[in-house]
Amino acid sequence: MLLIPCPWCGERDETEFRYGGQAHLARPLDPHATGDAEWAEYLFMRDNPKGWFRERWNHAAGCRRWFNMVRHTVTHEIAAVYKPDDPKPELPE
Amino acid sequence: MQRFSIVSLARNALTGHKDWPRYWRSPKPKAEYDAVIVGGGGHGLATAYYLAKEHGVTNIAVLEKGWLGGGNTGRNTTIVRSNYLWDESAHLYEHSLKLFEGLSQELNYNVMLSQRGVLNLAHNLGDVREGIRRVNANRLNGVDAEWLGPAQVQEFCPIVSISPSMRYPVMGATLQRRAGVARHDAVAWGFARGADALGVDIIQNCEVTGFDIREGRVRGLRTNQGDIATGKVGIVAAGHNSVLCEMAGVRLPIQSHPLQALVSEPIKPVHPCVVMSNAVHVYVSQSDKGELVMGAGIDSFNSYAQRGSFPVIEHQMAAVLELFPIFSRLRMLRTWGGIVDVCPDASPIIGRLPVEGLYLNGGWGTGGFKATPGSGHVFAHTIAREAPHPLAAPFAFERFTSGALIDEHGAAAVAH
Amino acid sequence: MTGFRLAQGGRIDRSRPLSFTFAGRAYRGFAGDTLASALIANDALLVGRSFKYHRPRGIYAAGAEEPNALMQLGVGERTEPNARATQVELYDGLTANAVNAWPSLEWDLGALTGLASGLFVAGFYYKTFMWPPAFWNKVYEPAIRRMAGLGTAPREADPDLYDKVHVHADVLVAGGGPAGLAAALAAAQAGADVLIADEQAELGGSLLSARATLDGWLRATLEELRGMPNVRLLPRTTVFGYYDQNYLCLLERRTDHLGPAAPAGISRQRLWHVRARQVVLATGAHERPLVFAGNDRPGVMLAGAVSTYINRYAVVPGKRAVVFTTNDGGYRTALDLAAAGAQVLAVVDPRPESAGDLPAQAHAQGIEILNGHAVVAASGGKRLDSVSVAKLGGGAARGVVCDLLAVSGGWSPVVHLFSQSQGKLRWDEAKHCFVPGTVTQAQRSAGAANGSFALGAALAEGFAAGAEAAKDAGFGGWRAPEPPEVDDPREAPPLALWQVPGAEGRGKAFVDFQNDVTASDLKLAAREGFESVEHLKRYTTTGMATDQGKTSNVNALAILSDATGRSIPATGTTTFRAPYTPVTYGAMAGRDRGDRLDPIRVTPIHPWHVARGAVFEDVGQWKRPWYYPQGGEDMHAAVRREAKAVRTSLGVLDASTLGKIDVRGPDAAEFLDRIYTNGFRKLGTGRCRYGLMCRDDGMVFDDGVTTRLADDHFFMTTTTGGAARVLEWLEEWLQTEWPHMKVYLTSVTEQWATVSFAGPRAGDVLRELSPALAVDEESFPFLSMREGVVAGLPARIFRISFTGEASYEVNVPSHHGLALWQAVMAAGEKHGITPYGTEAMHVLRAEKGFIIVGQETDGTVTPLDLGMDWIVSKQKDFLGKRSFARPDTSRADRKQLVGLLPADPAEVLPEGAQLVWDAAESPIRMVGHVTSSYWSPNLGRGFALALVKGGRDHHGKTILAPLAGKTVEARIVAPNFLDEGGKPLHG
Repeated sequence: MLLIPCPWCGERDETEFRYGGQAHLARPLDPHATGDAEWAEYLFMRDNPKGWFRERWNHAAGCRRWFNMVRHTVTHEIAAVYKPDDPKPELPE
Repeated sequence: MQRFSIVSLARNALTGHKDWPRYWRSPKPKAEYDAVIVGGGGHGLATAYYLAKEHGVTNIAVLEKGWLGGGNTGRNTTIVRSNYLWDESAHLYEHSLKLFEGLSQELNYNVMLSQRGVLNLAHNLGDVREGIRRVNANRLNGVDAEWLGPAQVQEFCPIVSISPSMRYPVMGATLQRRAGVARHDAVAWGFARGADALGVDIIQNCEVTGFDIREGRVRGLRTNQGDIATGKVGIVAAGHNSVLCEMAGVRLPIQSHPLQALVSEPIKPVHPCVVMSNAVHVYVSQSDKGELVMGAGIDSFNSYAQRGSFPVIEHQMAAVLELFPIFSRLRMLRTWGGIVDVCPDASPIIGRLPVEGLYLNGGWGTGGFKATPGSGHVFAHTIAREAPHPLAAPFAFERFTSGALIDEHGAAAVAH
Repeated sequence: MTGFRLAQGGRIDRSRPLSFTFAGRAYRGFAGDTLASALIANDALLVGRSFKYHRPRGIYAAGAEEPNALMQLGVGERTEPNARATQVELYDGLTANAVNAWPSLEWDLGALTGLASGLFVAGFYYKTFMWPPAFWNKVYEPAIRRMAGLGTAPREADPDLYDKVHVHADVLVAGGGPAGLAAALAAAQAGADVLIADEQAELGGSLLSARATLDGWLRATLEELRGMPNVRLLPRTTVFGYYDQNYLCLLERRTDHLGPAAPAGISRQRLWHVRARQVVLATGAHERPLVFAGNDRPGVMLAGAVSTYINRYAVVPGKRAVVFTTNDGGYRTALDLAAAGAQVLAVVDPRPESAGDLPAQAHAQGIEILNGHAVVAASGGKRLDSVSVAKLGGGAARGVVCDLLAVSGGWSPVVHLFSQSQGKLRWDEAKHCFVPGTVTQAQRSAGAANGSFALGAALAEGFAAGAEAAKDAGFGGWRAPEPPEVDDPREAPPLALWQVPGAEGRGKAFVDFQNDVTASDLKLAAREGFESVEHLKRYTTTGMATDQGKTSNVNALAILSDATGRSIPATGTTTFRAPYTPVTYGAMAGRDRGDRLDPIRVTPIHPWHVARGAVFEDVGQWKRPWYYPQGGEDMHAAVRREAKAVRTSLGVLDASTLGKIDVRGPDAAEFLDRIYTNGFRKLGTGRCRYGLMCRDDGMVFDDGVTTRLADDHFFMTTTTGGAARVLEWLEEWLQTEWPHMKVYLTSVTEQWATVSFAGPRAGDVLRELSPALAVDEESFPFLSMREGVVAGLPARIFRISFTGEASYEVNVPSHHGLALWQAVMAAGEKHGITPYGTEAMHVLRAEKGFIIVGQETDGTVTPLDLGMDWIVSKQKDFLGKRSFARPDTSRADRKQLVGLLPADPAEVLPEGAQLVWDAAESPIRMVGHVTSSYWSPNLGRGFALALVKGGRDHHGKTILAPLAGKTVEARIVAPNFLDEGGKPLHG
């Protein structure tokens, strides 16, 4: 079970959180000017890397706030957590 | 191929079993193949088998990064059924179940299909409605299905509690009698042995490290055992499809999650069928060896680690013991995890990708094992004919653009 | 008699004799015995039958690695299958039976399979049972299943309790042997909070099994640890799982050792969840068997186990012993046996010479040492009677008559937890074992678990590991105490002997005892191409028995590496999977049983519903009244009465379970505009509007009525089951996509109780209860809200309707909910007020064609499919709108909501019935299904809602529902069975 450092509450067990998948997905600014393929890209296509991943988490059973986290999808090591409007941190090597 | 039978077994017993041949050769990869299947699990091996057997495409290789059947083929809870809601799914899985029913004979290898019946329990009025809807649809689709009331459920599986005082009492169940379990490893080994006999090169410990794509067409791939030229590549690498497709420049609607399963210590036969419950995240059967085999829910986060969190298992166990109070003093012997590739609609992708010559068979989520022969069969057709098999057509990659999803969340064993 | 109890010595309590039975016979033992040691004391060495061949098997080990001695403990509701006798503490009145033997352990018919064992090689079942095909399911498989399994499950529910504890620790020490105790002491002295767990009743580990003990040190250490407030000692507790970020799970057995004397109300077992800053793994090592013909005969035992039985339990498993060892450790057992009065006939040592101190001592005592020799075979049926010893590299075997063979093939560190923690193992060429290599978590191994088998080294490592762990946990600056003086004997290097040469052809040589996997099975598998260690395991089942290969894995791996001509590290190792030893299901479930499986949510009015005899429906976690049967009514009669009452007079519904979200902030209206398919910016204060929300893929997600309380303040309602998901959905968009919007959301579901009364008399009741309120069409129009006082309670009154009747939903603070309900009941009495449940509500709303999300929709239905274009804004954008334009989503022949009237008015279609145009067609084409279907007391007939392909173009046509046994005809109509438009029928 992951130990997740919520940027507002500190380290908490994974069971307090809800997962939100890939971070930094941009919703097209004008959906109606977006082609079907591009819209499908936004709706369904996702990065799914084996390695470091910037992802979203919500501290559902805590402060209820969303934040981003850099986690390794094989080792589950957590390299960084940051607030939604913080700059994207570089991925570790 | 050495035929397997009680006769050959007895004859070999006389010589101390020294003369059994290898199940499959261990060839070095050739410089060029007509087609290459990436992924030596059940689906990939079945694809190769049917390519060779039904389409005469025998100059092919199956590349496996590790050992055959080492991915989800050898990590699932072995349930085989076809009682899916939507026509597209029901037809595909029923095709697969029919192939399963003749598979031991087809492969001359006992895959131990045990058609002990699968119960999908309903615990609330919504479940009941969904179950009856599915039973009606299944019947009209030629899939055997029955609706059972609580008393009939207990008659079919006497150890299930139908006490009305349960937190979520059993309000009924769908039953597919032809459904059951099969020996997962045997499916992979049987297809591998069959494919090898037809001339397919099965190459283990061969990891794909890149693709040779020029002018939008696959020309070959790079591996840790050298470059291979080919015009057709079928990616069938559950748990790694996104990684491979990314190498080919294709982004998928797939997320990879851990899915855990566990077995108990072996006990004398006590559980006569397979019981699944979507609402309380349970699926449990008893193996030929006596172990209770259970699946847990999937972990929410993306992971390639083949391990999940213990609370997921604890949560599921509480639900199991509500349904099976006599299991409480039994013990969990072993847990393990697989990586499930989940699509947004809980249905697989079978077909061409936006690179010519590149095909994908993946995204089976939690339910791929039951589809193994059918999946291989329709995928082989799709690759050989360069046109989708009619049963595979609805599962094309393009559906995510058109919006024609096949949303099977209700029928998947695990709520996503 | 060969096994016997010594008159003195050991750690048993001879003043507390205990009686027990095994296989129906009565025996005696002492407090401090395990079931295994007590059986040895009674010379009951035959304890089980093997899985496949039903070979007689004896006690083989003294701990968790025991492969043979599996017991069915107890009877009735507390019976427990497959307990290892070596880990069962003896208690008075214990009853045990062998598993997998019928009719008895002595005469087991299953052993007949041994006659055909030539056929039953690895994987034989894959090669046969295929002809005739029909026989598999009917004959072969049932027969295989009858043979399968070990012990039996109880037939009744478990009467015992289980619980869980969640704790943090600075340092968790797994294993209470010398290294673990040293680590705990060092870390605790440094000031760290220490938790030390050991699977045995008594801490001390290998110190308890040795003759030359550090008894004084052990006593003093335990005393010191017990006296420290920052130390928790957990005996009878197994660390069984090591998960991410130093999360470990432990199983504590609290009352199993007490048997029937266990006090009531105390949990039987407790599952510990520990998050540790640092972990020290001091889990010891398991001795390896040697592989030769007949190595499974009862009377062949691990040498270390023999020493344990003698020194710890004062029982000697045999009188005429041979020791077969590849290392100096076996000589210690020879010396122990001699000291216990057994005759040691020989120490057989395949090494050309034995140069260490222990062999010298054995030699000095006149024990014969056969260097360069090996035991090639052991014989005997239910008890070992002799062994064949031969010179390595050829030469005739000579028989030695004996009743005990102590074997040692070297030691394997218990690296299970290390491996579970994702640490990488390293093969130690000198010690011939896997040892911890690359560490990935905040953790260190010490002692035998780290390959440091000598006591002095283990202690030194333990102290160092404890001090370092404390330092890394933030408790530096403390110097660990010096380890006690230990005079370890000088040892010569061990030899690797994975399979005894010259044993072939003499009989079965077992590698995995419990699963009956022999060396030739492993070689057969390798020959057939199963060269990966995982393949080997799966094909032969080696390492997959209840001991999970604790004694067999390394031998199997070495035999495979030999067969395939690869080195052992190149061959690999199987993954060590949790749990280390099996974990009781009950403990995993803990207290989450019965009603605690999932929280039960009830409304403040619930006690009234219960008193009224309501039948409840589970909606999410809520209990909602489904219907209120009266005087022996069945559900249909009750629902008919309730639904009729609403249309003719007055009904009342507890709607408190609806999700309620307070939406506030300057951008609230704009936010709702983006969320809902229809507009909210222009909604007037005090006005209510029904809204539909979609996911961004255009599919209906939830619905409900939202009311504007002020310019910047809205009150949203959601479906009962969807409340949490909707709040999460809204928060997600607010925080991650539109963080600039000033909107604040608060769940107020449980802050308000909602009483909804509907029917022609609803206005009368409101007037009576709220005399100050103007309840006329003009001052209080449909779809508006007023704040006021109802029955003397501060209330929000909503004039909205889900039934099509005049209807008021009165919200009061939850604690007033019951009072309001009672006031409404009292005021409505003269109108014959009828409480109605969810079923009648469903009938009433369906008569109006109102949808229920999750019933008319299933995640594949758009608002347009539902014919709700009137609620889909053409002007503004909203979540999901873009998706309507996708090719498949904009098809004209999508499934659309329609009404159905069965041709026979008495017919009520089953919900979930599939719909077709042509029932004779093959294959039949399904064009839709029935989503809701009821008998309507108001229409006097059955009616239904359905989704039908292109349904809106087929009003008036007849469609068919093929059911089991009959086909029902129904006419497609518009989905509104009462009137045109959205107005209620009355008032």
